[in-house]
Amino acid sequence: MTLLLAIVTGILFTAGFYLLLRRSLVKVIFGLMFLGHAANLLIFNIGRLTKGAPAFILEGNQTAVEPYAEPIPQALILTAIVIGFGVQAFAIVLFKKAYQMIGSDDINSLKSTDRIA
Amino acid sequence: MTTFDIELLVLLPILLPLAFAILMLFAWKNLQFQRILNVVAGSTSFIVAIILFSTIYVNGIQVVAVGGWKVPYGIVLVADNFSAIMILMSGLMGFAVAFYSIVTVDTKNEQHFYYPLLQILLMGVNGAFLTGDMFNLYVWFEVMLISSFVLLALGGKQEQLEGAVKYVTLNLVSSMIFLSAVGILYGLTGTLNMADLAVKVQLVENEGLVTVVAMMFLVSFGIKSAVFPLFSWLPASYHTPPVAVSALFAGLLTKVGVYTMYRVFTLIFDINNEFIGTVILIIAGFTMVTGVLGAAAQNDFRRILSFHIVSQVGYMVMALGLMTAFSFAAGIFYIVYHIITKTNLFFISGIVERIKGTYNLDTLGGLFKKYPSVSLLFLISAFTLSGIPPFAGFWAKYTVALAGFRIEQYLIVGVSLFVGLLTLYSMTKIWNFAFWQDEKQESEVEREFYKIPINRKYMLYSPSIFMTVVILLLSLFAGSAFDFAVLTGEQLANPQHYINAVLGVR
Repeated sequence: MTLLLAIVTGILFTAGFYLLLRRSLVKVIFGLMFLGHAANLLIFNIGRLTKGAPAFILEGNQTAVEPYAEPIPQALILTAIVIGFGVQAFAIVLFKKAYQMIGSDDINSLKSTDRIA
Repeated sequence: MTTFDIELLVLLPILLPLAFAILMLFAWKNLQFQRILNVVAGSTSFIVAIILFSTIYVNGIQVVAVGGWKVPYGIVLVADNFSAIMILMSGLMGFAVAFYSIVTVDTKNEQHFYYPLLQILLMGVNGAFLTGDMFNLYVWFEVMLISSFVLLALGGKQEQLEGAVKYVTLNLVSSMIFLSAVGILYGLTGTLNMADLAVKVQLVENEGLVTVVAMMFLVSFGIKSAVFPLFSWLPASYHTPPVAVSALFAGLLTKVGVYTMYRVFTLIFDINNEFIGTVILIIAGFTMVTGVLGAAAQNDFRRILSFHIVSQVGYMVMALGLMTAFSFAAGIFYIVYHIITKTNLFFISGIVERIKGTYNLDTLGGLFKKYPSVSLLFLISAFTLSGIPPFAGFWAKYTVALAGFRIEQYLIVGVSLFVGLLTLYSMTKIWNFAFWQDEKQESEVEREFYKIPINRKYMLYSPSIFMTVVILLLSLFAGSAFDFAVLTGEQLANPQHYINAVLGVR
């Protein structure tokens, strides 16, 4: 399972960076999303997977008994997902607005700030 | 002072902006009230920053375990000398920008939650300066970024949206790299507390992986602080928003990246690592040169200044790359002087735009004859920026160069001195075109400007005058300011104090 997740993470990173390098704004957005998921999955995987043992303290116990899943990476991912979701939502709105104003989906047409004026 | 008071004091730079932002949202239709609230927020934050600074100066490093969670497990806020300086700077910025916003930001933009966003931005910046936890740092980055995204796009002009697209994309990539690096670091060490990491990273056997993580942090913070070759978003976006926003971004926002670089590379990763030091120095050299060459090619007031930020960040990164206590001190002094000076230059560019209605150097002119006071303000800041003695910029550049000479890194020192000359050249360019050459014709905007009542004109000038006074004070008391920078540099070079202070809490 760890290996499978590692491969998926790798694919997501590759696809994310590939899409970022495309000229279309829509593809860039998808690239950003893929990268977000890749980072989350990376944390999930690196926190070591524990099968069938949630991070709960069983009834009657004072401390968690091995094996238990590590809770911190999951807490991190939860936060990262929420933040990532918000930021991506903003980016989508911004890109849509930029598309409406410029009238093109091509990143090469975003040049008005680069001209030496 | 009791411990409770100090704990509260460390929390206040984060809580105050949040509280004021919420208050402003309640008054979202009453702009006048929002403006007053913003000024009150800026002043109180500044006062709190001064109190915090003096407390840290007297009592040393303060650590607050948020929510009472034990230290390596919970989130800690740490205020050491460096944090205290940066909080003081952000307080100063918030104070000056609060006044400057009132006259320069359009009512239309103000209505779109300009003031609450400003406060949230300051909250994010202060949080990033105070936190002692890597993941918490990520969260503060995002708080800061999302409000900066909105502030940048506020107004919705085409160039703003184009700049924002680049800014947003690259900063999101940077955040993802940072997040991945944090994840790997956690996997290696099992902790995210910076002080705890500083101890545990030394114990990791897989040194190669540690270097990889260090490089990931370098790339991520490099994007945020706009170093070569990752700076392309900065000159594309910083000259587009309302000038008050530009000034705040130019002064404060890039320095957050530099601050975290200093923090991470002095604390967590071995500062005597030759490889990291060399990489940082090479980056610094290229950053300085490309930034200043870009500035020399530009012909727009704000764009020249934007490119300058890049080249000046190079000096700060260079001071980090030299990796001695003295160079850290020089770098910190550089950061402080640059925040003040760059903000003031942007303030002045806003005043010029207000008078002439343009930032383009070709159509500007004749300012020296008509507005000698504005010219004087600009001249002081320009001299400071290009390092003319006896201004603060000279001491900043001199000490950075001296730090290089002391460990015999002559090449990078040579580059930095050469770049200093080019900086002077591009400042001369602004001076010649905007201030000294004859006026072409009086524009419509300027005739409008005459009609502005005198008290509003004073409102426009006063933040810049205030910042100029701060520059002069810093130049005058450069010695004592540098003494404190030396203390801070030593604190950074010997992270044991920081580690002891954090891990020693309860």
